[in-house]
Amino acid sequence: MGKISLEVNGRKVEKEAPDNTLLSTFLREHLQLTGTHIGCDTSQCGACVVHVDGNSLKSCTALAADINGSKVTTIEGLETNGKMHPMQEAFKKLHGLQCGFCTPGMVMSAVDLLQKNKKPSDAEIRDWLEGNICRCTGYQNIVAAVKEAATKM
Amino acid sequence: MKDFNYHSAKDSKEASKLASSSSAFLAGGMTTIPSMKLGLATYKDLIDIKNIKKLSGIKVSGKSVTIGAATKHVEVSNSKDVKKAIPSLSSLAEGIGDPQVRNRGTIGGSIANNDPSADYPSACIALNATIHTNERKIEAAKFFKGMFETALKKGELIEAIEFQIPEKSSYQKHPNPASRYAIVGVYVAKHKGDVNVAVTGAKSCVYNDKDMSKALTGNFSSSSIDGMDLDSSEMNSDMHASADFRASLVVTQAKKAVDAC
Repeated sequence: MGKISLEVNGRKVEKEAPDNTLLSTFLREHLQLTGTHIGCDTSQCGACVVHVDGNSLKSCTALAADINGSKVTTIEGLETNGKMHPMQEAFKKLHGLQCGFCTPGMVMSAVDLLQKNKKPSDAEIRDWLEGNICRCTGYQNIVAAVKEAATKM
Repeated sequence: MKDFNYHSAKDSKEASKLASSSSAFLAGGMTTIPSMKLGLATYKDLIDIKNIKKLSGIKVSGKSVTIGAATKHVEVSNSKDVKKAIPSLSSLAEGIGDPQVRNRGTIGGSIANNDPSADYPSACIALNATIHTNERKIEAAKFFKGMFETALKKGELIEAIEFQIPEKSSYQKHPNPASRYAIVGVYVAKHKGDVNVAVTGAKSCVYNDKDMSKALTGNFSSSSIDGMDLDSSEMNSDMHASADFRASLVVTQAKKAVDAC
């Protein structure tokens, strides 16, 4: 048991949690931020991707204790004053989702890509989204959405 | 996942002092955490070594590239110094897993784990690496002992890996399309006087293929290993690839690597 202090979506949080608490569990069960999804739970599907200190990671494979003191951004932290983030807008506009389960991770991963590469090619987008699996086979529109967002960000 | 005590060590001394027969060092956690979640490994104590400053960073000298054990794959793949000194090493790092894994996973963790399909062990063998621990220096050829087994003693911590800069080198892998682990990966490095052909993914542990090394030392051309018939009796056979297919892939990837040098 230890104290976890994080800044999550711009808000400081401090909670006691057992040492074996995963970041995904901490976000979903301790902070009720259920936008971060748990799909495979074996770090393959990417539904749990969040940003820690500006870089994307799979929150099901990080301990809350081991990122203590960091800044975390989840899918809930992307909007500004009720207005969707350009990446979310683009996914909506171009039907970059069907069931939506993978979408939070896809969006968080794609936002990290555009932070590092402002104008990625189709191949670079597909390569970057390697760790995000969509089982509705929506990749065409996901890639199109990331390209669209790149023109708006 | 069973409960454990999490510790964040300030330095190598504290880390090895905390180590016991029921502890593990935690770096990126890309294997340790999933193994613990699946119940394949349980520890009483996890000793986080990521915050030990001395363990991160890249140094290039005239003859070698030294990478701190807790340096992340993304740092190696983005390093201009590594790209310039050993471009094949930076592209190897870029091909590990996916971006999220590369943002967390570390070189020391990969080597300490010694997964039979991991990429970095082949770099250590091909580039005549020296593994610096808190206790001693170990040559790569004596470090990788077998499947998930290394020369590390309990409580011994990898601090850095020193790679010899080769004249030419290339790493070519046939990745599993889902995990990006090597079904077979071959790292060819031409040093002054000899050539190493390090193979990962094919057997239970990374190894230097002596026959191909000899042929390429004599004549550094892919034609000198073309059609070589490797013994597949000790090669892995699973749902991804049969032993015979792996034996054939080793030659194909080695030829590709030589051509790319």
